[in-house]
Amino acid sequence: MEFGKLFELFIAAALINNFVFTRYLGLCIFFGVTKKMDTSIGMSITFTSVMVISAALNWVIYKFIMIPLGLGFLEIVIFIGVVAGFVQAADTIMKKVSPGLYYKLGIYLALITTNCIILAVPLLNVSEGYSFIESMFFGFGSGVGFSLAMIIMASIREKLELADVPKAFQGLPISFIITGLIALAFMGFSGLITL
Amino acid sequence: MSNSENKISYISLIKNGIFSENPIFRVALSLCPAVAVTSGVKNGFMMGIAVLFVQIMVNVTVSIVRKFIHPKVRIPSYMFIIATWVTVTDLSMAAFVRDIYAQMGLYIKLIVAFAIILSRAELFASKQKVTPSFFDGLGNGIGFLFALVIIGFFRELLGKGSLWGYPIVDTKPLLIMILPTGGFFAVGILMGLFNWIDTKFFGGGGASGGGH
Repeated sequence: MEFGKLFELFIAAALINNFVFTRYLGLCIFFGVTKKMDTSIGMSITFTSVMVISAALNWVIYKFIMIPLGLGFLEIVIFIGVVAGFVQAADTIMKKVSPGLYYKLGIYLALITTNCIILAVPLLNVSEGYSFIESMFFGFGSGVGFSLAMIIMASIREKLELADVPKAFQGLPISFIITGLIALAFMGFSGLITL
Repeated sequence: MSNSENKISYISLIKNGIFSENPIFRVALSLCPAVAVTSGVKNGFMMGIAVLFVQIMVNVTVSIVRKFIHPKVRIPSYMFIIATWVTVTDLSMAAFVRDIYAQMGLYIKLIVAFAIILSRAELFASKQKVTPSFFDGLGNGIGFLFALVIIGFFRELLGKGSLWGYPIVDTKPLLIMILPTGGFFAVGILMGLFNWIDTKFFGGGGASGGGH
């Protein structure tokens, strides 16, 4: 697999098909953690690493367990089980091995299981028929795209605290409208690379 | 409790799900599909039906097995129950409504990660008998369906000038409403509207929001 193709895949996942702005996934966490810069950076780091590992793990399980046994139709049950199990294991290991890191990032780990993107990436990997390396790059690109979205949003929302927003629109409604505006800007990336 | 009282409380369970605890506009849970599939009324409706079915079946199943599940492993167990019912829905939709499934197949699969389903199973069905759980699921599912149809209604009317695929308005459509951007705008504005109606006429405190 040549490097150029992988780079294209990465850019496509991170910018052109950004999960938040063009596929509308992961909104729950996106709106939940972007109130503060600190939390969104913590979430970004945790999220991207979990994403790459779970993409790899699910690819291996799909290729070497599910296909030989003809279990393709159980992909939803198995992928969610793998992700939940992996997150739980990471939680326990982190608590033992590096408590400092655990107190910084542990709470984000627990939130990750309810994120749609973490499940969407393995499902898309399967339906697009990506190879092992491609799956990992796709997971990494999606993670970076999500992190980018969260950091942009957090920096806007910190300023928004000072703005005079009509009462009915305070909080979530105005955040939705801002996300809409950022999505409009992200549409400029379409056509950057033709896959 | 007499029979008539039972009926009243079931109706209020359904009402709660639709209005005061509407999953999208009030509790602000499971927002992804609210934007993703609502570029038309038809897609929003099918998605709502799928969620309604999964929510009811999950609530009933959780309620039936609630005494056999150890509290420590309850969340993973619920996840597997949800995933099973989502698989059932996913495969049935792939078989029966193929054209719609082709457009939103991925989002049907992702019902499994909707916080609203898990939260109803955890907060309600794990503590209640089968019949109230059924009605709670029904109420929340209808509330979800209602929200998706409303968002879809505005987006399709403004964005394509049609409803359910049939042309209604004969003006130049606002293309932006069916793009991703329009989805965010529509949800934001409708959420603000719900808040405004709530504070203006019912004296409520606005959406709790910010969950996941």
